[in-house]
Amino acid sequence: MSKAIDYTAYPDERGHFGPYGGRFVSETLMCALDELEAAYTSLRSDPDFIAEFDRDLAQYVGRPSPLYFAERWTRETGGAQIFLKREDLNHTGAHKVNNTIGQALLAKHMGKTRIIAETGAGQHGVASATVAARLGMSCHVFMGEEDVHRQALNVYRMKLLGAEVIPVKSGSRTLKDAMNEAMRDWVTHVDDTFYIIGTVAGPHPYPQLVRDFQCIIGREARQQCLDQTGRLPDALVACVGGGSNAIGLFHPFLGDDSVAMYGVEAGGYGVETGKHAAPLTAGSAGVLHGNRTYLMQDDNGQIIHTHSVSAGLDYPGVGPEHSWLKDSGRARYVTINDDEALSAFRELTLVEGIMPALESSHALAYAKKQAATMDKDQIVIVNLSGRGDKDIHTVAQIDGIQLT
Amino acid sequence: MSRLTPTFEKLRQNKRKALVPYIVAGDPSMELSLPLMHKLVAQGADILEIGVPFSDPMAEGPVIQLAHERALVHGVSLGGILDLVAEFRKNDGDTPVVLMGYANPVERMGYSSFASRAKAAGVDGVLIVDMPPEEAEDLNACLAGQSIDNIFLLAPTTTDERIAKVSAMAGGYIYCVSLKGVTGAGNIDVAQVKTLMARIHAHTDLPVTVGFGIKDETTATQVAACCDGVVVGSALVSRVAASDGSEPAVLEATTLIRDIRHALDGLSG
Ligand SMILES: Cc1ncc(COP(=O)(O)O)c(C=O)c1O
Repeated sequence: MSKAIDYTAYPDERGHFGPYGGRFVSETLMCALDELEAAYTSLRSDPDFIAEFDRDLAQYVGRPSPLYFAERWTRETGGAQIFLKREDLNHTGAHKVNNTIGQALLAKHMGKTRIIAETGAGQHGVASATVAARLGMSCHVFMGEEDVHRQALNVYRMKLLGAEVIPVKSGSRTLKDAMNEAMRDWVTHVDDTFYIIGTVAGPHPYPQLVRDFQCIIGREARQQCLDQTGRLPDALVACVGGGSNAIGLFHPFLGDDSVAMYGVEAGGYGVETGKHAAPLTAGSAGVLHGNRTYLMQDDNGQIIHTHSVSAGLDYPGVGPEHSWLKDSGRARYVTINDDEALSAFRELTLVEGIMPALESSHALAYAKKQAATMDKDQIVIVNLSGRGDKDIHTVAQIDGIQLT
Repeated sequence: MSRLTPTFEKLRQNKRKALVPYIVAGDPSMELSLPLMHKLVAQGADILEIGVPFSDPMAEGPVIQLAHERALVHGVSLGGILDLVAEFRKNDGDTPVVLMGYANPVERMGYSSFASRAKAAGVDGVLIVDMPPEEAEDLNACLAGQSIDNIFLLAPTTTDERIAKVSAMAGGYIYCVSLKGVTGAGNIDVAQVKTLMARIHAHTDLPVTVGFGIKDETTATQVAACCDGVVVGSALVSRVAASDGSEPAVLEATTLIRDIRHALDGLSG
């Protein structure tokens, strides 16, 4: 019999999760990553740093976020009880801020004065601009030109927060290209700049530190579920772009064998059409953005274009820890198509009065399917990773309505 | 042994500096890459660095990014580039060829298959920009089995401790990145390059070439004075891009290499 894996012992000291992860960057950045790793290794166990992070999460972000029993939606679904982890209620409207608070504190302790970030949906860009404003640091956000159009509201929010938004015109003009450009900026300004990566991707130690900062989601949810229902949930469901909200929910439950985990990738127009953003479901292992992980690539190892109605899931890679969890079978990865996500968006809004982000709507749509196959006394927790205000323009456009 | 070590030995004996042009395979087309390679040698190149295009060239500035994009439009692949090198070898058995690119196309082909195909094609060295020594053990073993040199980068941010570690794994030569930035940057600082070269020479006897930001005779001679050779990338690629794409115009871009050759040969050892 195989021994149980101690998931908390990963990544290993070289940043690997089994064959995945690592540090695939050009030499110029290696020392910056060593410096970041050293700073994080000492601060993550420093009581003052932890207290500072916890205080910010409580007083600035508004944590803990509630675990809400979606009673009416559960009744309509007719299966397991569905609970929503309300990350949409965080300051700035998504889980992304948990991570930017943590990384900005790191930046401050390391004496960095300039923040850069990449963004897809704009939620991470807004969360970065927010913490930079609060700490008086300059902030430069790289955003694919296509996303600048799709997420105009968040672009203006970032500008109001004092950030500079740099439209990226190379490649596919979406999140992956924004990340390339942020890396190029970092190489050029490596002395004074801190790169706040928005998900559990990138070179070691990013997948680890972003996960650690996001684990507040799962730690809270686990305790809240015990307090509110007297037991652990049977299943967890979260959408997977880079995978930060999913790993944040999953990780504190990895040792609880009875808890099933479902990561929901963007099926776009359908996995069979090739127009999707589901590397774990339909991709293969490779190296991109500093780590080895599942990718969407062609036979020559070129990264292929992705499609999703939600900008935050429109990414051809995924955090390396998810690749490892997939191979080990501890978590399962599934897809939800654009149209299914849009239905879930409308349904939750009408039935519960909660307007979810299109990213989170992928998790909701899958949770509904999954809950319907389960018993009424079972419990499903869905990570409601963000609110849907930013997506109103997209949905209106699909409805043929021109908002001015 | 690859052709790299004898090439540098000969250059040292003749008190000459290595001139290493960089082009992207398939830019502007695969058909023109072959005559372009031969022409670069005729204009005085000692080693050819052939860029393997990648969809996400993270270390490149705009000039070389666009060259990668242009090449990919024609579906240029790593396998096709190995065929190109094999063609080149039919008429040139001496000039070392180094493939420079990113990890993923090599991962996709598989390390051992890549190494044996590269050997068969006549490749001498491989430089994977996003594969530092920490991640390169497996590839290194495959390349060593085929006597292909794995060339590593050193940068202004590299500590002395890392210089020692990287040098221990490197073969052929070391590629020293002149500045903190991407290819084609305009902020090369010769004094800083000199300081870095002194630190590198304290740890290794391998030849050292310097690249990033070398664009003309002046920058080339200034930098070459403190190292074993210079890499000319963006300046050459932008001339190729500015041509009308016809064979004579593309080959005309190599006059830059001829001019830099003359300037370098004016340096006394
Ligand atoms: C609300 C929301 N959920 C999810 C995501 C996807 O990111 P991740 O998979 O890292 O949680 C995003 C990304 O922008 C987002 O804004």
